[in-house]
Amino acid sequence: MRTSGAARTGQYVALLAYLVFLAFPFLWLVSTAFKPARELGSLHPTWIPENPTLANFRQAFDEQPLLDAALNSLVAALGAAVVAVLIATPMAYVMARHRTTLSRMATGWVVVSQAFPFVLVIIPLFLVLKNLRLINSVPGLIMVYVVWALPFALWMLVGYVRAVPAELEEAAAVDGAGKLRTLVSVTAPLLAPGIVATALFAFITAWNEFFFALVLLKTPEKQTLPVVLTHFIGAEGVADLGPLAAAAFLATLPSLVVFAVIQKRITGGMLAGAVKS
Amino acid sequence: MRARWLITALLLCLLVGGCTGDDGGFADGRVTLRFQSLAWQEESVAANKELVKEWNATHPDVEVEYVQGSWDSVHDQLLTSFEGGEAPDIIHDASDDLADFAYGGYLADLRELLPERLTSDIPRHSWETTTFGDGIYGVPFLQEPRVLIANATWLRESGVRIPTPEDPWTWEEFREAAEELSGDGKYGVAWPLKEPVSATLNLSLSAGGQLFHRDEDGRVEVRFEAADAVVPKTVHDEVNTDESASGTTLGMGGSDTLPGFFGGRYAMVPLGFSYRQQIVQQAPEGFDWQVLPAPAGADGLTQGVSPQTLSVAEDSPHKKEAAEFIDFLLRPENMVRLALGDWMLPTGTEALKDPALRTTEYDWATGTALAAHLRSAPAQSVRGYPEWKDKVATPAFQEYYSGAIDLDELRERLEKDGNLVLARYQR
Repeated sequence: MRTSGAARTGQYVALLAYLVFLAFPFLWLVSTAFKPARELGSLHPTWIPENPTLANFRQAFDEQPLLDAALNSLVAALGAAVVAVLIATPMAYVMARHRTTLSRMATGWVVVSQAFPFVLVIIPLFLVLKNLRLINSVPGLIMVYVVWALPFALWMLVGYVRAVPAELEEAAAVDGAGKLRTLVSVTAPLLAPGIVATALFAFITAWNEFFFALVLLKTPEKQTLPVVLTHFIGAEGVADLGPLAAAAFLATLPSLVVFAVIQKRITGGMLAGAVKS
Repeated sequence: MRARWLITALLLCLLVGGCTGDDGGFADGRVTLRFQSLAWQEESVAANKELVKEWNATHPDVEVEYVQGSWDSVHDQLLTSFEGGEAPDIIHDASDDLADFAYGGYLADLRELLPERLTSDIPRHSWETTTFGDGIYGVPFLQEPRVLIANATWLRESGVRIPTPEDPWTWEEFREAAEELSGDGKYGVAWPLKEPVSATLNLSLSAGGQLFHRDEDGRVEVRFEAADAVVPKTVHDEVNTDESASGTTLGMGGSDTLPGFFGGRYAMVPLGFSYRQQIVQQAPEGFDWQVLPAPAGADGLTQGVSPQTLSVAEDSPHKKEAAEFIDFLLRPENMVRLALGDWMLPTGTEALKDPALRTTEYDWATGTALAAHLRSAPAQSVRGYPEWKDKVATPAFQEYYSGAIDLDELRERLEKDGNLVLARYQR
């Protein structure tokens, strides 16, 4: 069925509206970050700052240890992404290829585990980590992030593994490849986009996470960006808007950069080159 | 088999190691205290850090480590820290957040720890904000009254009488003035009542409103009486009858109303005293503003406040040293520095005498004149108040102010539904 011109135009308009809807908060954040205090209090706000300034950035850096916090966030998020993928990939393969009662139960548990609220686990978790002397340590936080990201990462990867036809592995076996060779040379390259997507999910989840970092990290030099951002908010929700916007803008950049770099790997043809010509 | 033994030994090491507590002291006898501060404004953070530095320079045996906390998340963060035995030694918070921690046994009773100098410097009515049962669980040190921030030019040109702390408006005069100042699409007043409960209850004290009544057994009952209705009815009538107050600002926070205030849409905005800092930073060049006292009722200028507090964790092994640091931080000259940093008023009577807090610049003097009228916010020691506020009072006040329900229904909901909530906490 061919799409008519009007329908196609409608689709583009809807897509554009959706993009504007998504972009609006970010563009407003950027605009606010560069506005002097007097423009922030204007009844007629403008998109482009009339007197753009870097004062908000200077104040944000002067008041809070943003670079240290960014580094902590980066270490925690990268660590969580790498470890989660390393653990989830073989587990996902087994669950996808060997459909037993146990793997079905595991899948069910993965779904149920997503329903647990943070507050339910935070105090037992705090006590366990305290006994392991992992309070106020980024490795401790990475452990928590890995555990938290693992169910969803597993669920994502199981889908990706199932999308790789088992016939390809059988064909490799017929051609004489052993199990390990098949996994490394045939399955792993086809899974790469899924692994990257999963790592990205784990990275962004950890990068944005606030509550565990708030509770588990005590000293200023260990705190992550989302925790430090709250330091620009006062009693009754009053905010130091300019520096907060500047810091929040900086906090969004790494996620955007990582996504921009990796997105081709995700959208690249999943089974490109899989079929022998 | 060998691997299994190794894993078992490793786990045992971790458990034994994990159970070894760190008491904040060192083998050389030096003590380290963690001070979690909620200072967030540039000047305030600087003042706190400078004071910590000065303490450390003069107290080689007791080192204070500055830890930055956040108002936005302090309750959850403290709760988990208390449960996990990892709370900071010295805790900055607000008095209305302390009740659960005090009753839960997480905070040290300060009565035997504080010096007479500090105890006598802070008035009894301020100590009431941190007294729970028989104990005192925090030192109230900064507070702010709610005031009217007014467009001074507009006020002068209108010819209405300009109130002072010595001769404030009554609530009726305030309503008349707001009506006089409104017209042509402009409003006399903008009430930012996104959080309507504390604003209403605190201001209602001026009219003698109590709302929460405690019997001889200590049981609390909500009774919405005539005095409790003065402030809510004024707001309701300004919005819905006189149209001298903007209905759109009812859902706003204080900062949200400032653009409209600067843009000449509202003549007055009731705000906390510390909002002056934002006004100084954000007001357009030449914008002339001034601070007016909130209207007075049968009880004069009285209003409720929840001061900022400093407490000591019950689990701290160095309570005496922590109390000594609090005493240092709250010496009159230091209390003034903290007050100026936060644009708030100190509770200490000596600090309040400081000329820097009595200047007419930014109307510091108007606020200082109100300090003696500040009282403990109603209900801050009532258990179940947070739930009553969130589930019953907030929606009821919001609906009343917007005109969706009348005064009788507001009364019924606050009393009937409210007492059901409180009863669960008083069994």
